[in-house]
Parts: sequence; structure tokens; C-alpha cells
Amino acid sequence: MRFIEPHAHMVSRVTDDYRDLVAAGCAAVSEPAFWAGFDRSSPQGFYDYFCQITEYEPKRAAKFGLPHFCWLCINPKESEDVSLAQDVVVLIPQFLDRPTVLGLGEIGLNKNSRNELTVLEMHIELAAQHDLLILVHTPHLEDKHKGTRLTIDALKNNRRIKPERVIIDHVEEHTIELVLEAGFWAGMTLYPGTKCTSSRAIDMIERFGPERLWMNSACDWGESVPLAIPYTALDMRKRGHSADLIDRMIYRNPCQFLSQCPKFKLPGS
Amino acid sequence: MTRQRILDLYFLDARHKLIEIAAFLDRVERVEGNADFRLDAFRDALAELADPKPDKAKRVLMAFSDTTAEPIPAATTKAACGAWPGRKPAVA
Repeated sequence: MRFIEPHAHMVSRVTDDYRDLVAAGCAAVSEPAFWAGFDRSSPQGFYDYFCQITEYEPKRAAKFGLPHFCWLCINPKESEDVSLAQDVVVLIPQFLDRPTVLGLGEIGLNKNSRNELTVLEMHIELAAQHDLLILVHTPHLEDKHKGTRLTIDALKNNRRIKPERVIIDHVEEHTIELVLEAGFWAGMTLYPGTKCTSSRAIDMIERFGPERLWMNSACDWGESVPLAIPYTALDMRKRGHSADLIDRMIYRNPCQFLSQCPKFKLPGS
Repeated sequence: MTRQRILDLYFLDARHKLIEIAAFLDRVERVEGNADFRLDAFRDALAELADPKPDKAKRVLMAFSDTTAEPIPAATTKAACGAWPGRKPAVA
């Protein structure tokens, strides 16, 4: 089985996870910038973090022959401070030419505040200026539906943003139609407790078809499952889905989206 | 995929989760003190399961969701709690 893990916070995972991912068939991992579990105290903290995910993590992954790509942003949980966010967004362009940077992410909203929306709009404008791919985080739990609608509106308000170059992640049953009908890609996140399960993700594939959908584990410093994608592939097999559909969902779809950035190249391809 | 196959694959797991929900309600009702909007939302969400219309998962998620459209003035917390305090209970 081959798969792409398009959303994994490997900075928060031990090296064993890289080994296990590769042993399970992972062909590449992409890592959006996220909240460390605490608020960074300065733009320099973000600068160091961007160095970590553009320099150190690819080297750690390379020990197992795994290509590692990343996304940059100030994450939604740290976006209430607009002044800090402006200073961080100004830092991002100097990293855009690094060979593993695919775009901006995971941008989005957390509690759906005005400041978070302002910072989201800054990122969207930066993406438009540099024609970057966008990976969006949608809020947790009770905030998800509202945040998804606000995010879709913000994206549509910038006419230079092409929907097919945006993936809106962490969709669930009450947001997936909003995302797909607006022309964006939709990501289903297989994360215990707060997001989707494999059976619900498979239900959504069956109901909405495989177009513009991907799956990911979003594994991080919380209780999460780096191998959620291959486990879900096994569940798809149990439901009688074809090897071709499974391969499409876990490998070809993420490749299709990510390959819109010319830097996304896999060995042998 | 047939209904029998879905039952074969998922019945035991769903049964387990239903018993967990029942036990949670027993636990909450057994102890003293006030509940809050989360229990109201939970009961509203449960009521959606009794409705035979499709999209139960979607309706359950919406029963916990903030249905307003405007951004809030400021984020005073980082975490979500699972239910929206602004929702008026549908189930008395």
C-alpha cells in the first residue's frame, strides 16, 4: 500500500513515527505550521520554527528516505494578536523559495473572532500575491460550521484565489457540502475524539464521491494516530472498496492536489 | 454493500457506543448540582437520532454548533468546549 500523509505535525512526533510511516507505505509527508501548545513569545519564535520545518524536519525524514514538505503561516490560535501576526506574515516570503515549502497553511480560524479573520485575510492576500497553494484549518467542535462559512467567504472575496488550489481541512458531515459546492478541496481528518473517524470518512467518500477529497491524520502532540490513513484503507477494504479507489483516496488525490506546487516531486516520479 | 454487511461490520461498535451514551446520562442524572448548556445541547442532539430522516450525523453536529454568522469581537479562550452556549434548547 502506498499513501501520502498530507497533514502531519512531525515536529511533535518521535522519530519512530517516521520509521512506522515508511514501513506502512508512506511515500511523502507534508507538515503545516501549527500551534505548539503554547503561544510563541515573538516573531523570532516563528522564524526559528519555520527554520525547523524547512531544514531540520526534512533531514529527520530523509533518514528513512521519506520526502518531507511543509507549509508556513501564523496559526489561528495565535492570530488574536494582529500586531504579532503582521510581523510573522512579513517573515514568510523569505522562506517561500526553500525547496520543500508548498504554500501557506494551516491558516484559518479558531474561535471565529474579528482579529483571527483579519489575519486569515492577510494570509489569503499573501497567497494571492505569490500564487501559493493554501491549506486551511477549520475550527474545532461547536465553532466548525460557522468558521467554515466565514473562511469560504474570505477566500471567495479574494478573486485571485483559485478554489482548486485550496484545501479546506477537517471537514465533517455538516461542512463537507459547503466546501465541495464552493469548488475547494475537502480534507477529512482522522483524529480521535474531536474530528472524524475512519468509518465516517468512508461514509463521506461513498456519499460525495472521491473528487477533491483527501484524508489525513493531523497527528500532533495530542493523542493521535500517525497511521490513521493506512488503518482507514484497511477499513475501506473491509467495506469492499476497490484497490483503485483506495489508492486514489490515499495516494493519487493528495498527489494531484500537492503537485500543483512544482516542488512536490517524489523520487522515481 | 448491503444493510446486512453494514450491520455485520458496525453493529457491535455502535452498540458499545450507545451503551456508553446511556451510562453517561445515568451518571449525569445520578449526581447533584446544576447542569449547563452542554447537557441541553446533548439532549437536543440525541433527539435528532429519533428523527427517521437522513443526515443524522449532520443534524447532531449542527445541534452542537454556533449558528450565528458574524465574527465574535475577540477570542477570550483558545479551546472549544463541544457545544454552543448561545443555543436555545429545543427539548424541554
